[in-house]
Amino acid sequence: MDQYVINLLFVGGSFALYIGIAIWARAGSTAEFYAASRGVHPVVNGAATAADWMSAASFISMAGLIAFVGYDNSSFLMGWTGGYVLLAMLLAPYLRKFGKFTVPEFIGERFYSPTARMVGVLCLIIASITYVIGQMTGVGVAFSRFLEVSNTVGLLIGAGVVFFYAVLGGMKGITYTQVAQYCVLILAFTIPAVFISLQLTGNPIPALGLFSEHTASGQPLLERLDEVITDLGFSEYTGHGGDTLNMVLFTLSLMIGTAGLPHVIIRFFTVPKVSDARLSAGWALVFIALLYLTAPAVGAMARLNITDLMWPEGTSGQAVAVETIQNDPAYDWMETWQQTNLLAFEDKNGDGRIQYYNSDNPEMQEVAEQNGWEGNELTKFNRDILVLANPEIANLPGWVIGLIAAGGLAAALSTAAGLLLAISGAVSHDLIRGAINPNISERGELLSARVAMAVSVVIATYLGLNPPGFAAETVALAFGLAAASIFPVLMMGIFTKHVNNRGAVAGMLTGLIFTLVYVFLHKGWLFIEGTNQFPDTVDGSLLGLKATAIGAVGALLNFVVAFIVSKMTEDTPQEIKDLVDSVRSPRGAAAAQADH
Amino acid sequence: MSSHNEPAAGSVEEARRKYWAANIRVIAWSLAVWAIVSFGFGILFRPLLSGIPIGGTDLGFWFAQQGSILVFIVLIFNYARVMNKLDRQYNLDEQ
Repeated sequence: MDQYVINLLFVGGSFALYIGIAIWARAGSTAEFYAASRGVHPVVNGAATAADWMSAASFISMAGLIAFVGYDNSSFLMGWTGGYVLLAMLLAPYLRKFGKFTVPEFIGERFYSPTARMVGVLCLIIASITYVIGQMTGVGVAFSRFLEVSNTVGLLIGAGVVFFYAVLGGMKGITYTQVAQYCVLILAFTIPAVFISLQLTGNPIPALGLFSEHTASGQPLLERLDEVITDLGFSEYTGHGGDTLNMVLFTLSLMIGTAGLPHVIIRFFTVPKVSDARLSAGWALVFIALLYLTAPAVGAMARLNITDLMWPEGTSGQAVAVETIQNDPAYDWMETWQQTNLLAFEDKNGDGRIQYYNSDNPEMQEVAEQNGWEGNELTKFNRDILVLANPEIANLPGWVIGLIAAGGLAAALSTAAGLLLAISGAVSHDLIRGAINPNISERGELLSARVAMAVSVVIATYLGLNPPGFAAETVALAFGLAAASIFPVLMMGIFTKHVNNRGAVAGMLTGLIFTLVYVFLHKGWLFIEGTNQFPDTVDGSLLGLKATAIGAVGALLNFVVAFIVSKMTEDTPQEIKDLVDSVRSPRGAAAAQADH
Repeated sequence: MSSHNEPAAGSVEEARRKYWAANIRVIAWSLAVWAIVSFGFGILFRPLLSGIPIGGTDLGFWFAQQGSILVFIVLIFNYARVMNKLDRQYNLDEQ
């Protein structure tokens, strides 16, 4: 069967499934629309949270990020999982006990301040919108590669499907589609990884294969990889080359940011009990770990695979011949991906071979001179190809490629839907019901939630079609903002009774503005190139910290400012202290549910 | 309400206070482990663990890429289990 038809069957089949679920799980009330009536089983919520959380970045980019940097990018693995420990112990159970629908709603009530609630809405919308742009562009890329339609058509189809099930089903529809999407994406990620691990190490479990023997050389896989890439002038895969302080703070920023992302937090509002919220965070991490334990293995194995393909006689022999690339079926993927402009090679010195090495390394420059090489000839290798082209590189059957296409789309769509729900909830519940029209009827609010969702989908689609040049940068900003503004205020709201309305607002604004300004100083104001005052490097930056690591510092400032301001102004009223007491105790969570 | 003995208001408050103090202790221990396996074994103390080889590299690399994630999972399930016990012990569980 033609590869195109196979891809179409897999993608079409998965979309039909999502739409079927949406029709079955229509939302009839605001409680269903915002929180699936708090009737979701903790394991089911765990799977839905995993899909909600794992975006195109986790599915497509992460293995590549690790493959081309090695140990130093372990920050992504620890940061994006360690946040769940914070979520399970510091936020989720108490916010579930509070028993309302949105994150700004908690901020507004705990800090008895509509201003605090609106600052919360602002932080939520900035973080979520920047995030959703990345998902929508991901949908367009996946469609155009696998279904041979234009980026625009692909994006519109994807947006249409999200529109249908998110507007119709709200949280209820999204929950059950996310479970289906989790199954699709985890299968799609794991199956090619198992094949590759078998080919390289004979071990069917990729996570174990990573630490096993490389069958072809008889050496441990990682030792072999270190050897091969250092021969080519790249830095050691398992070595630590970057700045340690930056690695620690970047990891911490990702952890705090993960725990502070509203679209993840609201997933825990859907379980029946406080104890379920704790348990559900554990299940979410189990489901996430299935991908996160496999991803570093995929990264290392793919890096070794590619290097071996480019140097079929070993690094001391001859590089691969251009003729081989054109004729040998093992290199077909290079031709295919060359067409997407994500991969490029060029025989610069005209010797009929493609030399792949690190031409920035002075030692390699000497070697190159001796051998008559004129620079690295694998001129472009986009890290995102790694996962998407993996089945082709490993020569796997056509249905695996179809599955990867469906998996990439599932990862992007499930996260997009979760983000859109968080945005529409903030608009209809916090902005419209909370500030503009408090007397709105239940049906009116449900309608406004659906309209807000529809408008959000349209805006996200528009931004996906016309991505601001800085789309990729802003994802890092989303984490920094969630870490510096949302996480600290939620934690202080639960763990101390003494932080008051003024302290919370001052803290949030300090964290938000500090982080925003620091990122702009290093990345350019509004990400416009050339407007930055400092280079975004360890040595050149203002505080010796790169922009990605600054969220943790912003969070610390938020805590400090909130405590100082609260100390200087009047203490919280008694009813707020009682509210904190009630949030801390699980008893009565079911009753809080009945109020809605 | 009459089916079982409701403790007096003062003792409910006392139970809540003790329950919260116990919760903080569990969290503090858990987060200490959380920090040691990730920031500690995975990054800062990695040079100290470099003598322990594992599959072509050292233990610190394993903690950074796999070990910390596995420990995180254990920490959350352990927390859920301990808190369920505390909920019941202080009579604050959801009935």
